[in-house]
Amino acid sequence: MGAGLARFARNRMALFGAAILLGLLLLVLATPALFPGDPFRLVGPALQPPGGRFLLGTDTLGRDVAAQIAYGARTSLLIGVGATLGAILFGVIVGGLAGYYRGAVEIVLMRVTEFFQTIPAFVLAILIVAILSPSVTSEIIAIAAVSWPGIARLVRGEFAALGGREFILACTGLGASDARIIFRHMLPNCTAPIIAVGSLLIGTAILIEAGLAFLGLGDPNVMSWGLIISAGRAVLRSAWWICTFPGIAILLTVLAINLVGDGLNEALNPRLRER
Amino acid sequence: MRLARYLGHRILLAIPVVLGIVVLNFFLIHLAPGDAASVLAGESGAASPEYLEQLRQKFGLDQPLGTQFLVYLTNMLHLNLGYSFRNDSPVTDLILDRLWPTGLLMLTAFGAALVAGTLLGLIAATRRNSWRDSVISLVSLVAYATPGFWLGLMMIVVFAIHLGWLPTSGFDTVGADTEGWDQVWDVARHLVMPAIALSLFYLAVYARVMRASVLEQVGMDYVTTARAKGQTETRIMTGHVLRNALLPVVTMAGVQAGNLIGGSIVVETVFGWPGIGTLAFNALQSRDLNLLLGIFFVSACLVVLVNLAVDLIYTALDPRMEL
Repeated sequence: MGAGLARFARNRMALFGAAILLGLLLLVLATPALFPGDPFRLVGPALQPPGGRFLLGTDTLGRDVAAQIAYGARTSLLIGVGATLGAILFGVIVGGLAGYYRGAVEIVLMRVTEFFQTIPAFVLAILIVAILSPSVTSEIIAIAAVSWPGIARLVRGEFAALGGREFILACTGLGASDARIIFRHMLPNCTAPIIAVGSLLIGTAILIEAGLAFLGLGDPNVMSWGLIISAGRAVLRSAWWICTFPGIAILLTVLAINLVGDGLNEALNPRLRER
Repeated sequence: MRLARYLGHRILLAIPVVLGIVVLNFFLIHLAPGDAASVLAGESGAASPEYLEQLRQKFGLDQPLGTQFLVYLTNMLHLNLGYSFRNDSPVTDLILDRLWPTGLLMLTAFGAALVAGTLLGLIAATRRNSWRDSVISLVSLVAYATPGFWLGLMMIVVFAIHLGWLPTSGFDTVGADTEGWDQVWDVARHLVMPAIALSLFYLAVYARVMRASVLEQVGMDYVTTARAKGQTETRIMTGHVLRNALLPVVTMAGVQAGNLIGGSIVVETVFGWPGIGTLAFNALQSRDLNLLLGIFFVSACLVVLVNLAVDLIYTALDPRMEL
């Protein structure tokens, strides 16, 4: 892991991504100080173009677009990270069971995983949120429900490879329980690739969240980037800035996450390194 | 003969997937809190008692769970997806009516992404570490991170509102009543922006996969052999490398088919493209869950069909694949 981080630090693109993410994190932390009060609050005249008293202009109701974007960053990161953690948890369980027990368990679980990889993920996410009714929690559940298959396949592969290794055979010989072998010996040995693949999932999750919110499936009481864009769409002709800036925020955030994720993959994923 | 047997085998394998889709749909209905019938009706309380009763009968909601599933399965396999009161039409008809615009949009976007992505990936790999490679990598990275619906909105601002080159929305000019090539041209002008907005992400995916795949192939022994035999670089690329390098791209195309449908929902919404995506958006607005479930079922089945086609293309490209 230490050697991996050193490799990561030599990757300039990844460091650039990490710098953007750090800036975003600072923005999220500073938001209450920079933009005190509710981002839904009306602060000035409607449809003010950017560059005046309001850096990024105001929207149709006279709300500060910059404040909305700052609060939206928190929502995007929260949902991106939350959904990814959920996907990792579920993926590790499914992939771990399949890779450890092999045989019929593996065949059934992997068929189910492939099934979830084939079906239209975004349509399923839409359905889940629509059925559970829009909220941050249902968005996290829906995105996690369509994001886990990649992790499951990765963990199955890692567990299957570890299963034949001598230190695992030794553990079995010493009479260690399945749970002990899985949690104490196997899982710690595949955290690096899980982190690498999981980091890329955060970007995808943020893109799915933006799409859901754009379609009106975001939490109507929580500010998010997709929500701003969907609200600004009606006045696209006269007020381009309302849609433009949150989109740039999404683009930069996902780009930064992908750069960091690619860097982590190169540094930590043993399978990629061998090439 | 072997092809027929292979095809039969693949179709047999697709059956459990379709069954899985039915089970998932059934599970989703019951995921809803409260009365399944009123959830399906979507207007929570506002739906007429007759409609609720009809839904209960249609889905057998007053029966035990096992019977409910059998009723549901029979309906689905007969493509009987229920009735949308919002649109006053059977769900199956609504979806079939929209199939052509969505098919046109998806095939155009998919074809453009595949051709352009493969070409860009090929250029990047053969000119590795040149400025061309860097530019292509940068463009793919940005395209990878751009939400399609936002790209669509930005294109509307630039190309429709400011420059006035292309129409903002719709399938054709309303009331224009064009015929023949004029009609084709009209639809094509409306198609340009949605197709680009939908394809850019996949273009980036294929460019990345193709680049990696070509780089892997040129390191193989058979390329060295071909070079030693004195073949030109162009001949090595077109005659040997390209065919092998395309295999991962074809696999990726199959994997992405489902995502393409999801992407077309947001893109169609942006451009008012009268396809399944806009239908789904309208269903969402009126919380017409039965219609949404129908759209999910049909689109998932379409993906299964696409994957069957991908399997066949794969065997055509790679003779090593066992028929």
